[in-house]
Amino acid sequence: MERTVTAPTNRSAPQKSFADKLQHWLPKIVLAPTMLITVVCIYGFIFWTAALSMTNSRFLPSFKFVGFAQYEKLMENDRWMTSITNLAIFGVLFLVIAIVLGAFLAIFLDQNIRQEGAIRTIYLYPMALSFIVTGTAWKWILNPGLGIEKMMHDWGFVNFEFDWLVNSEMSVYTLVIAAVWQSSGFVMAMFLAGLRGIDSSIIKAAQIDGASLPTIYLKIILPCLRPVVFSAVIITSHIAIKSFDLVTALTSGGPGYSSDLPALFMYAHSFTRGQIGLGSASAMMMLGGILAILVPYLYSELREKK
Amino acid sequence: MMNSSFNWSRAFLYSVLVFFCLIYLMPLFVMVITSFKTLPDIKAGNLMSLPQDWVFGAWEKAWSSACTGVKCEGVKGYFFNSFQMVIPAVLLSTLLGAFNGYVVTKWQFRGSNLFFSLLLFGCFIPFQVILLPMAAMLGKLGLANTTAGLVIVHVIYGMAFTTLFFRNFYIGIPDELVKAAKLDGAGFFTIFFKILLPLSTPIIMVTIIWQFTSIWNDFLFGVVYSGSETQPITVALNNLVNTSTGVKEYNVDMAAAIIAALPTLLVYVLAGKYFVRGLTAGSVKG
Repeated sequence: MERTVTAPTNRSAPQKSFADKLQHWLPKIVLAPTMLITVVCIYGFIFWTAALSMTNSRFLPSFKFVGFAQYEKLMENDRWMTSITNLAIFGVLFLVIAIVLGAFLAIFLDQNIRQEGAIRTIYLYPMALSFIVTGTAWKWILNPGLGIEKMMHDWGFVNFEFDWLVNSEMSVYTLVIAAVWQSSGFVMAMFLAGLRGIDSSIIKAAQIDGASLPTIYLKIILPCLRPVVFSAVIITSHIAIKSFDLVTALTSGGPGYSSDLPALFMYAHSFTRGQIGLGSASAMMMLGGILAILVPYLYSELREKK
Repeated sequence: MMNSSFNWSRAFLYSVLVFFCLIYLMPLFVMVITSFKTLPDIKAGNLMSLPQDWVFGAWEKAWSSACTGVKCEGVKGYFFNSFQMVIPAVLLSTLLGAFNGYVVTKWQFRGSNLFFSLLLFGCFIPFQVILLPMAAMLGKLGLANTTAGLVIVHVIYGMAFTTLFFRNFYIGIPDELVKAAKLDGAGFFTIFFKILLPLSTPIIMVTIIWQFTSIWNDFLFGVVYSGSETQPITVALNNLVNTSTGVKEYNVDMAAAIIAALPTLLVYVLAGKYFVRGLTAGSVKG
């Protein structure tokens, strides 16, 4: 600390020690606003929401403590049960289809394809769109009167029927279609990056040993891609749980509430139906869902590091 | 893997890849041709049929006279609202992320790692869990329904990502560089502006593009925290599509959707490399 301090704090001797102190404190001062905001706006707010979920707040927050009554109400609420059943259907189908499709496209693209860059760009562009745009587009494409159905009729398939958007049994599957369209290219990009990271000498050695291409992929490459599969599962399930814009734009949860999802349930109850207590309880359940996926993941990540 | 002479497996490979190209492009194609049709043309033709006459009527209407709820002034005002929100939010969150990343990698102190882990968790929470308290806080600060309020929200909840990006980038820059500068007496800001910042162009690009795309495309914060005058384009688009007065004008819906998608699509086409890098930065490690 004997050196002279140059640049912005080059002053005479007595002030130098102040400058040194300032240098010592600067990193903490710079980080302080973010730390404060993190503590208040993430952890404080989560605690606040948790507190609200234990009150009987309706249009305005109230502070009458009711314990877990809102959670009990939630479990007896038909619309909530529909929304979490839908989330399970939507989440699992979306996750599996996006990952299988993404993996296949990545493997296909990894075969010295000409114009690979252009093809990749096409697969990935939906990721640049808002889910609201995606929902609007697919709402039109799946329109029962004028969309795909009419097109198939015009093309001669007179008995073709496709009414999923207005069919309460099937509406949740339209969400899967649109979400897979939007996100599978991203999963493909993740797998492609993973494939490019594999040491090619292993593959060459296997080829020399006479292993067929499918065997190489199943026995050597896929196991190497385990971390990518893991990340893809985390990211797609995360997208599924948070899905709000897509369902708003595509089905608005309808017909009725047949394609409702938890995020839409939370918004409707907290901001339009004046059920802040119930809305907060549903938000806490969503947080619980994310933690249930995330904690085991982080745990295994940290254990691998050690 | 093999040379390019014709063989059936290569042909199969290419046909599958091209087939999926068509699948991914189909919705965009449908949107574009629908937006250039007239309503009778839409009723007469089908999704894939080209417009009989290419007309701009739907575009004009979407831009300046379509109804988005009560008002019927098109989406142009909301388009500019989005820019007013996105630009300050992107710049602020990127700047904060750069400083945070710098401190947690090059000026570590006791607790800075713990802080980083706590912040990282902010990447993963479902925002539903902070919506209500944030609304209350914005109300208390007098920022409810304002663009400034929306900017603050986006900066706060974007910071976790921007910090992560810069942290992962700066961790790869040798500590010796910083140590040598410290020995030469360079201070905190000098080292940042003279040494790290000039090296940071790629990560700044990645961060700006990531933040631009996610804030432009956001709907949840927009619908909860904006007022009728400050709505971003995504909220206006959703209102436009769901406004049920008279005949449903699919061509106007599609034109408005393309307008809403244009800025992010443009960024993707012009700087796709950085976009993809941002997407994979958080997910594929190593």
